[in-house]
Amino acid sequence: MRTEFAKTVLAEMDADPRVAVVIAAISRDLFPRVDRVIDVGIREQAMIGVAGGLALTGLRPVVHTYAPFLVERPFEQIKLDLGHQEVGAVLVSVGASYDDPAWGRTHQAPGDVALFDTLPGWTVHVPGHSDEVGPLVRDAIRGDGRVYVRLSMHENAQGYPVGQGVTEVRRGRKGVVLAVGPVLDRVVKAVEQEQADVTVLYASTVRPFDGDGLRAALAEAERSDVMLVEPYLEGTSAHVVTEALEEVPHRLRSVGVKRHLELHAYGTAADHDAAHDLDVVGIAAAVRAFFHR
Amino acid sequence: MMQTELPALFARMTGDEKHEWAAASTLDVLWVLYDRVLNVSPKNLADPGRDRFLLSKGHGPMAYYAVLAAKGFLEPSTLDNWTEWDSPLGQHPDRVLVPGVEISSGSLGHGLGLAVGTALGLGVQASPAKVFVLVGDGELDEGSNHEAIAIAGRFGIERLTAVVIDNDSASHGWPGGIDQRFAVEGWATLTVDGRDHDALEAAFTAEHPGQPLAVVAQIRKGN
Repeated sequence: MRTEFAKTVLAEMDADPRVAVVIAAISRDLFPRVDRVIDVGIREQAMIGVAGGLALTGLRPVVHTYAPFLVERPFEQIKLDLGHQEVGAVLVSVGASYDDPAWGRTHQAPGDVALFDTLPGWTVHVPGHSDEVGPLVRDAIRGDGRVYVRLSMHENAQGYPVGQGVTEVRRGRKGVVLAVGPVLDRVVKAVEQEQADVTVLYASTVRPFDGDGLRAALAEAERSDVMLVEPYLEGTSAHVVTEALEEVPHRLRSVGVKRHLELHAYGTAADHDAAHDLDVVGIAAAVRAFFHR
Repeated sequence: MMQTELPALFARMTGDEKHEWAAASTLDVLWVLYDRVLNVSPKNLADPGRDRFLLSKGHGPMAYYAVLAAKGFLEPSTLDNWTEWDSPLGQHPDRVLVPGVEISSGSLGHGLGLAVGTALGLGVQASPAKVFVLVGDGELDEGSNHEAIAIAGRFGIERLTAVVIDNDSASHGWPGGIDQRFAVEGWATLTVDGRDHDALEAAFTAEHPGQPLAVVAQIRKGN
């Protein structure tokens, strides 16, 4: 995904002199040009501040680094230097919730999307495959809004169309599972393993949330039971699901990175998926408990 | 409108006495910038080539509003109900509400980073515009400033001038002098009397090829 992201940005830079890249030491090798690529060094507050200043002059900044250093460390700059100045930027992270947990908790950001939910006006993309990255990043750059793109090292086996709301991957009658980004393949395996008669929807864009798509899928089902499976903090999108189903009596189960765990462990992403019940076994157990009652 | 009318404009805004000293400290610097230095006026606010002034130290903006009113960016009557619901003027400025205000500020330590980005953006577009950012000596306690100071120095951003109002507000002072914090990062520096208009003008218009400039404007209680 990271390679596709860089390729797309470089092509957009060639086409549009407004496009500038701001990084903080990380990924310097991905942007081998000297004009309009600003490496501020390991200074993430300045990274966002500089992006805000560039945007104030009419440029279109693309800001990129590891997720915790892009979103959590300079969060007040995101809130004030972009949001409150009413300027746009495209923020693109790598690392996701725990892509490489051998680096420990400092390099994990399962709360990133939840943080963006505290700010108005952000579009959030969570691509699940490299093929989805190019169109999402290209559209983001060509707009003028505030966009967060969350890249991951972990992908589904195939990509799906982007920018068209949720995609129906599997149809059933007993409810809906909404899978976000890279968790889709695990969700499908878990549903098949449990022989659950449910619709599986896929979303690579979570803000704005496709409430119409969710309601349409539920209208075809016998029950308004919704399971939300997200690769970041559990329940992050629960509030938008609730808003979308304001007029629909429903049950909701949220699956994601557990909120109550402060893990002091390394290992692999698969180890952490298992710890958070985000592996096939954990998701299957949630499907069984929620839909087979 | 003349400088002599500023105190009357200033006095129209009441209720933020806590920051009155902060505001009074900036009054001469702001007047000299808008009266003698900046290429900005109510008539060229949409001109990409206008100079930019960024008030990073958003606390105590009464002086800023008074100068903006004196220079025609605001109707003086706007000052009378500042901080009220239907007023565009708050205790921290909002760029969306006030013509001529380049950044919304208040939380300290944001203006320098924005100024660096603004200067770089103008450079990319080969603009003739200059960028001035006003920070306080107390505000420099915020670490984010020092990220921006380092970058501006390394990049040699000549179009950027930081004006530091040194009114002795930093909790633990700046041993060795504020100017040294900039100089060590590659900035040209000048220290002047923050009430001396000719000295301020000379500093703001001084040549500093290949370097950003920090002007430390000293203000002491009683002057």
